[in-house]
Amino acid sequence: MTEVVDAGRRHFLTVATVAAGAVGAAFVAVPFLASWKPSARAKAMGAPVEVDISKLEPGAMLKVEWRGKAVYIVHRTPQMLAQLEGIVGELRDPESAESDQPEFAKGAARALKPEYLVLVGVCTHLGCAPLDKFSPGDVTVSADWQGGFFCPCHGSKFDISGRVYKNVPAPTNLPVPPYQFVTDTRILIGAEKGNA
Amino acid sequence: MRIDRHKKRILAFIAALAALPAVGLAAGGEAHVEKANNDIHNQASLQRGAKNFVNYCLACHSARYVRYNRVAADIGLTEQQMVENLLWSGESPHSTMTNGLLADDGKQWFGVAPPDLSLIARSKGTDYVYTFLKSFYADPAKGTGVNNLSLPGTAMPHVLWELQGTQEAVWEGHTDAQGNVQKHFKEFTLASPGKLTPEEYDAFVRDTVNFLEYIGEPVQARRQALGYWVIAFLVFFTLLAYALKKEYWKDVK
Amino acid sequence: MLSGLTTWIDERFPLTALWKSQVSEYYAPKNMNFWYYFGSLALVVLVIQILSGLFLTMNYKPSSADAFGSVEYIMRDVEWGWLIRYIHSTGASAFFIVVYLHMFRALLYGSYQKPRELLWIFGMLIYLALMAEAFFGYLLPWGNMSYWGAQVIVSLFGAVPVVGDSLTEWIRGDFYISDVTLNRFFALHVVAIPFALVFLVIAHLMALHEVGSNNPDGVEIKKVKGPDGIPLDGIAFHPYYTVKDMVGLGVFLILFALVIFFAPTLGGYFLENANFDPANSLQTPPHIAPVWYFTPFYAILRAVPSKPLGAALMGIAVVLFVFLPWLDRGKVKSIRYRGPLFKFFLYSFAISFLALGYLGLQPPTPAYTLAARVFTVVYFAFFLLMPWYSSIDKTKPVPTRVTYHAH
Repeated sequence: MTEVVDAGRRHFLTVATVAAGAVGAAFVAVPFLASWKPSARAKAMGAPVEVDISKLEPGAMLKVEWRGKAVYIVHRTPQMLAQLEGIVGELRDPESAESDQPEFAKGAARALKPEYLVLVGVCTHLGCAPLDKFSPGDVTVSADWQGGFFCPCHGSKFDISGRVYKNVPAPTNLPVPPYQFVTDTRILIGAEKGNA
Repeated sequence: MRIDRHKKRILAFIAALAALPAVGLAAGGEAHVEKANNDIHNQASLQRGAKNFVNYCLACHSARYVRYNRVAADIGLTEQQMVENLLWSGESPHSTMTNGLLADDGKQWFGVAPPDLSLIARSKGTDYVYTFLKSFYADPAKGTGVNNLSLPGTAMPHVLWELQGTQEAVWEGHTDAQGNVQKHFKEFTLASPGKLTPEEYDAFVRDTVNFLEYIGEPVQARRQALGYWVIAFLVFFTLLAYALKKEYWKDVK
Repeated sequence: MLSGLTTWIDERFPLTALWKSQVSEYYAPKNMNFWYYFGSLALVVLVIQILSGLFLTMNYKPSSADAFGSVEYIMRDVEWGWLIRYIHSTGASAFFIVVYLHMFRALLYGSYQKPRELLWIFGMLIYLALMAEAFFGYLLPWGNMSYWGAQVIVSLFGAVPVVGDSLTEWIRGDFYISDVTLNRFFALHVVAIPFALVFLVIAHLMALHEVGSNNPDGVEIKKVKGPDGIPLDGIAFHPYYTVKDMVGLGVFLILFALVIFFAPTLGGYFLENANFDPANSLQTPPHIAPVWYFTPFYAILRAVPSKPLGAALMGIAVVLFVFLPWLDRGKVKSIRYRGPLFKFFLYSFAISFLALGYLGLQPPTPAYTLAARVFTVVYFAFFLLMPWYSSIDKTKPVPTRVTYHAH
C-alpha cells in the first residue's frame, strides 16, 4: 500500500451513497404503497348518493348503501326529539364533541334539520350494524329503555341521535356522514354543501 | 480506458447491425400516410378535441376506459366547463365515456360494432387516424356513399362530411404486362366544399387526433415530466457511487 | 447493542458466518471487467420483476372477459398503476438484455468450462425458465398480439409426432386459446415458474461460490494463494465488488428509467402496437412477430420449410447451449488466448444471433428467408463444429496470474 487511505473521505462517500440509496428506495416505495389507495373506479363508486325522503313516514327509518356501508335516515317525531334533553346525564358525550362527523352535527340533535337524522350504521365498537329500537321500554333491550339504537353484538346502546350511553363498550357516538339537502325531500349523502 | 481489439470488433458488429433496418425500410412500399403533427401538451387543442370527440364520435363509439373527471382535470377544464361541454344530460362526472349505442345495434346498423376508441391511437398510431379521417371519398357503389383510402370498404360513414365537404379520389391507371389496368391513387379533389376550409378541417382533425392520443395514455404528459426528476436523481446517485468505487479501488494494486 | 443482537442471532443462525463466506470473505478476481456487471444486474431485475409483478396481481384479473380491461384499469384508475405496469413490461425486456449479455460473457471467457459445468447448466435452466415465464406472461394482457403469439407458439407443439394434436389441446385446456388457457398461464406465471426461478438462482449462486468466479484471463485464481490462504489475485467481494456493482446498477437504472418514462413501448419493441387491441379470435394482426427476445429462434423456425423440422431445430438451437462445456475442446478459456478460428466462429455466431433476431421481426420475404437460412447455418456451425475448431486452434500461452493495471 503506497498511498495513504483517506479514511474521512471514504467514510463520507459511503454514508452519502448509502443515504442516497435509501432516499431512492423510499421514493420507489411511494408509488407501490400509494397503489393501495382507493382507485379512480373505487372513488367513482363511492361518489355521493342521492336519496328521496318524501315517502319516509314520521317515526320510520330508511337504510341506503353508501361506500359499502349502511346509512340510516330517520324521520324523527317531536316526541323523539323531546327525549334528547332528558337523558343527557346518562350519555358519554351528550354534546357530541368527539365524534366522527361534519361540523354541523355537534349538539343534541346532530342533524342539519332536527326532524331528519342521518347516521352511518356502523357501531363504533367493532363495526356491527346497530338495530333500530325506537319504542321506549322495548323488552328486547331493557325495561327502562328510552328508545334509540342497540348493537346486538356487544350490547352497546345509543339514543335516538346516535349518542352513546355510558358503561357500554362503544367509545364514541355513531358517525354522521357528510350530507346535504338538495331539495326539501332529497338528501345527497357523501358530500357537504360547498365541498362537493 | 484501454480499448482492446475485441471492443473494436464489437463496435463494428453494432455498426453493421444498425445498417440492417435501413435495408428493411427501403424494401417495403409506403402506403399513403400523412403526419398528424399533434401535440399532447397543447391544452387548448385537447379541449377542442374533447368537444369534437363528444359531438361527433361518441354517438357511435365509446371510450370505455376514460373518465370524464380525469379528462377535465388533465386538459384544464373546470367542473362547470366539463358539465357544460362534455357531459350528456344525467351522466355522473365520475363515469366513463360510454354511449347509448348497444353493440348489437351497432352491428345491425353498420355490419360491425363500432370499436371502442380508448386505445385507437396507441394501436393504430396518430398518423393513421389523422390520415383515415381525411381519406373519405365519394363512392356511389357503397351503401354509405363513401369509401376510405386508408381502410377500403370501411363500414363507417363520413360523419364529418358537413365540415369537410365531399372529396373525390383521382386515380391514374397504367396497363401492366398481363394487360390488366392497375389503378393508383393520385390525389383528392374537393367536389363540394364544406363548412370548414381545408386548413380548418385539418386543424379540426388534428385536435381530435390529439385528444385520441391523450386518452390512449392519459398519464403521458405527467410521466415525461416526472422522468426528468427520476433521471436527475439517478445520475446523482451514479456519480456518488462512482466516486465511492474509485475511492475503494485505490486499494487494489 | 447491535453487536449484542448479532451475537444473539449468531448463536441461533449462522448470520455472520454466511455474510463472511458469501460476501465479505468471498474472494473474486480483481480483473473482472465491464462484462461482469450483468450477473448482479440479472439478480436486480429478478427482484424488480417479482415486486412489480406482485403489485400487478393485486389488480389484474385472469379471465378472458376482464383481463384486458383490468390492465387498462391498472394503467388509468389505480394510483401509480401505470408506473408499476411499465416497470414490469420494461423489466421483461431488460431481463433478456441482461441475461443475453451475461451469457455472451460466458462465451467470451469460457466460463462454462471445467470446473463450472454445473454452474453453466443451472444458468441455462434459468434461461429456459425465463423463456417460459416470458411466454406465459405475454398472454396475460389479453391483447390481440398476446392472443396470436400464444396461438402460434402453442401450435408448435402440434409438430410433435403422433401426439401433437392432443398435446396442444392439453396445453390449452380447450379447442382454442380461451379463458381456461389464460387462467392456467396466469397460475404458471405468478406461482410455479417464479418459484423455480428463485430456486435455480440460489443453486446458480451456490455453485458459483463453490468454484469461484472466472475472469477475463480465464486463470484460476485459487491456484496462487498467499500465506494467509487468500488468492493473491482475489479481492473481497464486499466492499470492492459491491461498490463497483452499485455503479453498474446506477447506469442500468438510468437506461431503465429512460425507457419507462420516455419510451415505454420502445417504438413497439417492448410493448407491441397490436397488443393495444383486445384479443380477437377472428382477426390475426396484420404482421405477427413474437417479442424481440424470442425472434432469433422464431427466425430459425421460419427458415426451415417443414413444420416438424423447423420446430425441432428451434428447440435444438436453445438446448445446444447446455452442451457447450463438452463441445469445447479448447485448452484455454478466455478469448484473449484463443486462436483465430474460435474468434471467427464466436463473432460469426454473435452476428448471426443478432441478425436472426432482426429477421424474426420482419415479414418473411424471399430475400429475408434466404438470409435467415444462411445465418441459421452459421448459428449451428458454431456449436456443431466446435469440437473440431476449438481443438486445432492455435492458442496463446496463458499467464499464471491475471493481468490487471491499477487505474
